[in-house]
Amino acid sequence: MTVTAVRKDPQRLTLTVEAEFDASVERIWQLWADPRKLERWWGPPTYPATFTKHDLTPGSRIEYHMTGPAGDQPHGYWDVLEVEPPRRIVLRGGCANEDGTPNTDMPISTIRVDIQEVAQGRTRMSIESVFPSIEAMEQVLAMGTEEGQSQAVSQIDAILAEETVQR
Amino acid sequence: MVVSVHVAPPDFDRVFAALGDHTRRDIVRRAISGKEGVLELASHYPMSFAAVQKHVAVLEHAGLITKQRVGRRRVVRTNPEALLVARRLLDQYERLWRARIDRMNELIAETAGAIDTVETKESKR
Repeated sequence: MTVTAVRKDPQRLTLTVEAEFDASVERIWQLWADPRKLERWWGPPTYPATFTKHDLTPGSRIEYHMTGPAGDQPHGYWDVLEVEPPRRIVLRGGCANEDGTPNTDMPISTIRVDIQEVAQGRTRMSIESVFPSIEAMEQVLAMGTEEGQSQAVSQIDAILAEETVQR
Repeated sequence: MVVSVHVAPPDFDRVFAALGDHTRRDIVRRAISGKEGVLELASHYPMSFAAVQKHVAVLEHAGLITKQRVGRRRVVRTNPEALLVARRLLDQYERLWRARIDRMNELIAETAGAIDTVETKESKR
């Protein structure tokens, strides 16, 4: 159990996850800085991610796609806003078109990553995700869950139906 | 397989637009207890009664609050269902990140040797 804290703010649509690892700050930093490592954890085994452009420099754009079991390839991008190796990254992004350009019809979310040493060889990472709308949350979930895109489609309807039944 | 992810009904856009204002978020918080009317709510804010009334109307239109009759008074009460949807999505997002962190841990365990070499090199700089 390495997740040490989870904070959810449904009104601000913000999720913060804190985790501690038995590893140095540099090793945790490499999970983000090395695209080959990033690929190993970003997507689930059924939806592996491929980073086709990855440069952790402010102003640059990270481009990636995921490959689903049916061969579907949702594309995504992150604009790199802030980088302070090996402690801090701020990314803002969303869905992309097949050529890697941002899909401007889709909402944009922000991720802030903070990495700090809590003891010798023990590192805490905090990941804060801020969504502009419920639609943006659904979009991210659709890209990142094992269920893939199809099951996210009627998520809201399903939730509402369930809430109604429980009454 | 291309599936549209534009699935949020328009009402939910309204919900989150309504929550995009800090006074309205504060009204939603206060109205959870369902004890105050618009007049009492207005006393908490440095703005006119009309301005607060307008905020309340936006929230009511978004389905976030309802006005209910309690005796001879009309109180403002938060509708928790609208907030529940956001919470459920955050729960799913939490699971997504927990799975990612599990994979990070596996990766760290697996690559421990290789990275230690790099670190030794860097610490000699």
